[in-house]
Amino acid sequence: MTARALEQAGICTVIIGSALDIVSYCGVPRYVFNDLPLGNPMGKPYDLTMQATSLSLALDLVSAASGPVIQRTSHRWAETETWRDNYMRVDETNREALRLAGEQNRQDRLANKAKGLQRS
Amino acid sequence: MTKPIAYIERTRRYYEAQGFGPYQWAQNDEIPWQPLNKPLAECRVAIVTTAVPDGSIAKPIRTASSWRLDQAPERFRTDELSWDKINTHTDDRCSYFPLEALENLAASGVIGSLATRFHFVPTEYSQRNTTTDDAPVVVQACVEDEVDIAILIPL
Repeated sequence: MTARALEQAGICTVIIGSALDIVSYCGVPRYVFNDLPLGNPMGKPYDLTMQATSLSLALDLVSAASGPVIQRTSHRWAETETWRDNYMRVDETNREALRLAGEQNRQDRLANKAKGLQRS
Repeated sequence: MTKPIAYIERTRRYYEAQGFGPYQWAQNDEIPWQPLNKPLAECRVAIVTTAVPDGSIAKPIRTASSWRLDQAPERFRTDELSWDKINTHTDDRCSYFPLEALENLAASGVIGSLATRFHFVPTEYSQRNTTTDDAPVVVQACVEDEVDIAILIPL
């Protein structure tokens, strides 16, 4: 949404990220999609080559694209794809923990509200 | 290529298990488009991040803000954001905040310059907060800094 506002103000934007469906659903002008775990959108930690390539692709989109575009990189996190199963996993081993986390979250929100810790 | 993770669906199931209703993600059919009107080598580039520069501000009241590049912390606060804490880490700032890489590109003349400020946008449940409050702050700062290109890197 911030990219859209910048673009409407005459500033070119490019997003580099790892959540294809969320960002494309929002509708953004230029998006470099790194299919990596959330947390390292530029590339794997300490992999300066991968990070530099992501940046270079992003600038290429800014200079060359003539309309909205999503560029998927060829970067891979690991030889295996098992990392994909872990994030926000829900199964019988954590269902009760998630329910309790939700309760805690609601209590925290109420406490924050009572303390005035909320945006208008 | 492997099919990307369906985060919208996965998030829905995750928060449903916590007793929350489905989140309505921002959806837009029309996409604004600003073409680049000058060579990259003449452009000023700014970084926009969701990593938190000042973690002392409580999460519920964080708002967009602009910071001089020399105020960029070696370690942004990331622990309260949603990312894959099982498979990775954010110990390498360059993996989400490409300051050094952009400085290199500016030094070698690939881009004209790096804007003197970067911008923080909080990850917000409320789309209204982003569209009516946070995004305009970043837009105004980028206009003041005469930014040509903003690179947004959500964690």
